[in-house]
Amino acid sequence: MEKRRSKILYVDHKFCPGCGHGIVNRLVAEVLEEMGEEKGAICAVAVGCSSLMPDTYGVDIVQSQHGRAAAVAVGIKRCRPENMVFSYQGDGDALAIGFSETMYAAIRNENITVILINNNNFGMTGGQMSPTTLENQRTTTSPYGRDVTLTGNPLDVMKLMGTLDVAYLARGTMTDIKEITKTKKYIRKAFEAQKNKLGYSLVEVLSPCPTNWGMTPLNACKHISQVVQTVYPLGEFKGGGK
Amino acid sequence: MTRKLMKGNDAIAEAAIRGGCRFFAGYPITPQSEILEYLSWRMPEVGGVFIQTESEISGISMVYGAAATGARAFTSSSGPGFSLMQEGISYIASAELPCVVVDVQRYGSGLADIFTGQGDYWQAVKNGGHGDYRCLVYAPNSVQETVDLMVSAFDKAEEYRNPVLILTDASIAQMMEPVEFPELKNHNQDALPWAMNGAGDGQNKRHTSIMYYNLDYDNYLKNKYDKIAEKEQQWEEIQTEDAELVLVAYGISSRICAEVVEMARKEGLMVGLIRPITLYPFPIKAFEKLEKVKYFASVEMSCLSQMIEDVVMASKCRPTYPIRGGMKVYEAEEILSAVKDIFAGNAKEVY
Amino acid sequence: MEKLIIHRESCKGCQYCIANCPKSALTMTGPINSAGYMTTEVDGDKCITCGICYNVCPDYVYEILEEEAKA
Repeated sequence: MEKRRSKILYVDHKFCPGCGHGIVNRLVAEVLEEMGEEKGAICAVAVGCSSLMPDTYGVDIVQSQHGRAAAVAVGIKRCRPENMVFSYQGDGDALAIGFSETMYAAIRNENITVILINNNNFGMTGGQMSPTTLENQRTTTSPYGRDVTLTGNPLDVMKLMGTLDVAYLARGTMTDIKEITKTKKYIRKAFEAQKNKLGYSLVEVLSPCPTNWGMTPLNACKHISQVVQTVYPLGEFKGGGK
Repeated sequence: MTRKLMKGNDAIAEAAIRGGCRFFAGYPITPQSEILEYLSWRMPEVGGVFIQTESEISGISMVYGAAATGARAFTSSSGPGFSLMQEGISYIASAELPCVVVDVQRYGSGLADIFTGQGDYWQAVKNGGHGDYRCLVYAPNSVQETVDLMVSAFDKAEEYRNPVLILTDASIAQMMEPVEFPELKNHNQDALPWAMNGAGDGQNKRHTSIMYYNLDYDNYLKNKYDKIAEKEQQWEEIQTEDAELVLVAYGISSRICAEVVEMARKEGLMVGLIRPITLYPFPIKAFEKLEKVKYFASVEMSCLSQMIEDVVMASKCRPTYPIRGGMKVYEAEEILSAVKDIFAGNAKEVY
Repeated sequence: MEKLIIHRESCKGCQYCIANCPKSALTMTGPINSAGYMTTEVDGDKCITCGICYNVCPDYVYEILEEEAKA
C-alpha cells in the first residue's frame, strides 16, 4: 500500500530533531484527510513552537495570542459551524496563560477540538518551567529542580476536565509505533466527536523536547515512557466508549 | 422611519445588528453591560451569535476568530476591560482583519469609578496595544450619532481591514434620546477575500502578522495609515470662522461646550468650537484654516488632559490651554469662566 | 512492487525510524545532508515496506511508492 506525504504538509517544518510536533502535525493531517474534512479545516495556532506552523501547515490558520487559541477557535467555529475547527497548543500556552480560555471552552462544551502538545516546558522560549513540569525536573527557571512546595504540583488537565460535561478527552504519546497508532485513533475520535456535534474534545500528546531536556530524541522518548507517563497516565478519560 | 426613545447602550447594540453584525462576545462591566443584556435576546432573533465570555481577553479573542472567517464581529467594554483587550486589538490590526470595539469610558485609572469620564483617550487613540498600528477612533456625542457611527464602523473596518473603536462615555451610553435606525442589513461573510472557510482545493489562508510576509512592511504600513489620515478626518465646527478662541472637545464635553459658545457670544466673546468626530485621524484639517485664532482650549473630562497634545500639534503650537474636568461633569459657567481667564491672560498654557 | 523512498534532505537524524523498524532494515549510514544531519540507508533485502518508518518519522522523510512512480 502506498504511503505518500500528505498535501497538507506541503513544505518541511522547522521543528527540532525528534520533536513530537512533527508527528502530531502529520497525524492530524492524515485524520482530516481520511475523514474527508481537510478542505474545510481551520486551525487556531498557539504561541510557542506551534507558531512555526503558519509557514508550513496547509490548512487555514489563525495565529492566536498566547494562551487564547481555544477562544479564537470558538470564534471561528461559531461562525463556521460545519468546518472542522481545532486549536493547536502547547502545555504552557494552554495551561498557564491560557488556562481560563482552555477551561471555559470545555465548560461551555464548545464543539471544537483541542490538540495539546505537552512537553513539560515552555519550549520555544528556551525551556522554562511550565504547569506540567514534573516535580524535581530541572528547567531554566527551576534550576534546582521544581519545588512543588513553592510552585504547586504538575497540572493534570484530564483530571480537571474530568468533572466537566465534554465529549472526548484522551492522552496519548508518540514514543513508538504502538503509541503513535493509538494517538492517531484518539485524534480521530476527537474529530469524530466534533463532526457528530457532541461537543468539546481534547487530545493531549506527551511529546519529547530533546533540545530543552538535553537528551537525544530516543532518550527523550525513553524518558516519557519511564518517567513522564507515571505522572501523566495515557488513555481515554472521557467518551472512550467501547 | 420611526423614531424611538432609546438608551445609548441599547442603541449601540441595535445599531450593530442593523449594520450587519451577527457576532458579539463580551463581558459585563459598568457602564456598558446593557449592550450584553440587549444582545443576549436580540442576537438570537437575527440568528447571530451572542457569547458572554469568561473575560474580556476571551471576548476579543473570539472576535478575532470570527473576523478571520469574514464575519462582522464586535465587542464592548469600559476602562479596565478595555485595557485587557489591547493585545487582542494589536493582533487583529496586525493581521489586517476588521472588527469594532466599543469603549464606554468611565472615570479613572485602576478600578476607577462608574460615572462618565474621558480618560481612555490615550489608550484608544495612541494605541493601548503594542507595536505600530492605529485604530480608526470615532467619538459620538449623541445617541443618534452613536448609531450612525456604529453602523458605518463595520464598513470602515472592512474597507481598511483594521479595528475601529467607538470611544463613547457613560453619559452618552446611559442617556435616552430619540433615535432612528437604518434598515436591517445582512452581511455575506463569504464575499470578503480574507474570509476563511477552509483551504478547499487551493492554497490555505493564514491570518497572522503581515509583517512576516511583506518585504516592504514599514512603508506599506505607513502608507496605509497616511491614506486613512488623509481621507477619514471628520469633525463639526461651530462659529469658528471669526473666533479668537476655539474650544476643542469631543463626546459629552462637546455638548456642554456648544452651550458655552452661545453664552460667550452673548457676552461678546469670540468663541468657537471644533468637535472632533474622529479622534484618529485627528481632524487637523479643521485647524489648518483657522490661522487667525489666538487661543485653543482643550476641554476634557480628564485631569491630566489627554487630547490637548493633539490640539497643540494640530494648531502648530499656538497657545493652548487645558480646561480640565475630572471627577464631575462640567457646568457651562465653569468653562466660560475658564475661557474668560484665558482672554484675560490669567490662564496658564499647557506647556 | 513497492519501494521505500528516502527524502534525505528532510531528515534530522533523530533515529526514530531505526529504533522502530521491525526488520532492522535501516541504518544511519547514509550521506550527510545539506543541513548537516546524518541520514539513513535502507537494506532493500530486509525492508518489507511495512510503513512503520513512515509512521514514526517526524520529518516525513519516508514514502512508499509503486516502483514505477518517481517520488
